[in-house]
Amino acid sequence: MSDQEYVPKSKFGKWFNDRLPLLTLASHLTEYPTPKNLNYWWTFGGILTFCLITQIVTGLTLAMHYIAHADLAFESVEHIMRDVNYGWLIRYIHANGASMFFLAVYIHIFRSLFYGSYKSPREIIWIIGIIIYLLMMAAAFMGYVLPWGQMSFWGATVITNLFSAIPFIGEGIVNWLWGGYSVDNPTLTRFFTLHYLIPFLILGLVVLHIWALHIPGNNNPIGIDVKKPSKDTVPFHPYIVIKDGFALLMFMIVFAFFVFYSPNILGHADNYIEANPMVTPAHIVPEWYLLPFYAILRSVPDKLMGVVAMLSAILILAALPWLDTSKIRSAVFRPLYKQFYWILVADVLILGYVGAMPAEGLYLLIARVATAYYFIHFLMILPILGFKEKTIPLPLSITDPVLAGFPNTEMVKKKESLN
Amino acid sequence: MSEKKPERREFLFTASYAVGAVGVGAVVWPLVDQMNPDASVKALASTEVDVSSVQLGKTITVLWRGKPVFIKRRTPEEIEEAKAVKMEDLKDPEKDEDRAKDPEWLVMVGVCTHLGCVPLNDKGDYNGWFCPCHGSHYDTSGRIRKGPAPLNMEVPKYEFVNSNTIKIG
Repeated sequence: MSDQEYVPKSKFGKWFNDRLPLLTLASHLTEYPTPKNLNYWWTFGGILTFCLITQIVTGLTLAMHYIAHADLAFESVEHIMRDVNYGWLIRYIHANGASMFFLAVYIHIFRSLFYGSYKSPREIIWIIGIIIYLLMMAAAFMGYVLPWGQMSFWGATVITNLFSAIPFIGEGIVNWLWGGYSVDNPTLTRFFTLHYLIPFLILGLVVLHIWALHIPGNNNPIGIDVKKPSKDTVPFHPYIVIKDGFALLMFMIVFAFFVFYSPNILGHADNYIEANPMVTPAHIVPEWYLLPFYAILRSVPDKLMGVVAMLSAILILAALPWLDTSKIRSAVFRPLYKQFYWILVADVLILGYVGAMPAEGLYLLIARVATAYYFIHFLMILPILGFKEKTIPLPLSITDPVLAGFPNTEMVKKKESLN
Repeated sequence: MSEKKPERREFLFTASYAVGAVGVGAVVWPLVDQMNPDASVKALASTEVDVSSVQLGKTITVLWRGKPVFIKRRTPEEIEEAKAVKMEDLKDPEKDEDRAKDPEWLVMVGVCTHLGCVPLNDKGDYNGWFCPCHGSHYDTSGRIRKGPAPLNMEVPKYEFVNSNTIKIG
């Protein structure tokens, strides 16, 4: 690649770069050839980096005031809200930041699903992404426990009890996780420790995620391999930087709306009641971003199988590059997959909705159908579709359909008649 | 090179790995075990409750090992209802006699065996308990009758110290 040829202009730069090639890295990152047809769905990688940094910075500052003790945690959070300078702002950014993080990651994941970004040669990028997503869920769950409100306490109880479904050793594992016979102070202190650790693990994995991305380069909306650098690519800086920056600004407007105008709308009022091990709130629901999986858990009437189904629903994503047998990446050229894609989107949204509703009657029935469909999509539809589907011919390059030979002949005719 | 030399070397490698693995295990175990319930948590393992003021048909809830324990003084009808249940109808078959030493007093950990919520008293389809989290129904003996919970509510080790005091744990 052209990176190897990079030579710093200044003498000091050359001296430094020979010893630690940071300038070569910077040059690679700015010159990095990017497909010129990337749309706004591709800006969420940058947005997610912003989200991670926001959570780390606000989290560090909150940790300066928070006290991880069962008797003091709830009060220390109220102290942050009322007494600490701008404490309310930092905490609301952190709490809503978690939701924004998940909003962005879901868009990022569904972009991958639509454009087939998980397919060869990008399987490792995808799997690292799934690990990051799992760590995000762990971090979000433990973070939600820290304010030690009713939802914190009972959410922690329900989620840790998932491990009790493991035959024979389940109870021992749960007592080990709790450091006692129920969720209590030892649980809170270790959750705080891990909540502090995980973002830095994510940061490390993000570096690997981007490194793995820079080997094959970005996928793109038409999903064909792109020669780099060529007339199909543009340098990352300034083209993509500006586009990412603009998208980030739009995203921050949404973010700021939640922080300043409805900071509690995504939370639960019950969490402003201090944890009470004697009383379970009438209606326990996890945060919105975990609802689809919660619906899958509840749709299975057996305890162990419910937990297995919920975990499989997440882990099945890691096998996606091999479950999807189609060689064509982008759904733009897969007329059938495109329809199944939107059915899956609807299915996940339905699961999210019924996850927030009581598990009875019609809701339970819908949850069961939607759970079944979720697995059918990945285990049956995707493997079969790769063999059966008649795909639309791919253009030879990104520039190709613009200049001539547009795959849609109607469009070409229109263009010609205009000329 | 002689034939024997690589074998000696292989043995040394294997022995070194084995010793190394034992060493790593010995270092990791304290780091894992520190998360288990500690001495101070275990020290709180029993509690005594005065039940003299509990009215017939009422339930009191006490905290034991950080968990709620239900102590219910059952009415004759409730006892009869619990005893009348056929074993075939139970998911986790257990006789009422085995759960309540003195049929008037039912003592059990008030934690749903599904995912650990606290069920509500005198609710549900079987006049016993109902868990609001995921909809498990328990009968007047605290046995699971309907819903995702796999087991009956746990009866802890307890004894009557005298006619008015129950010692749990």
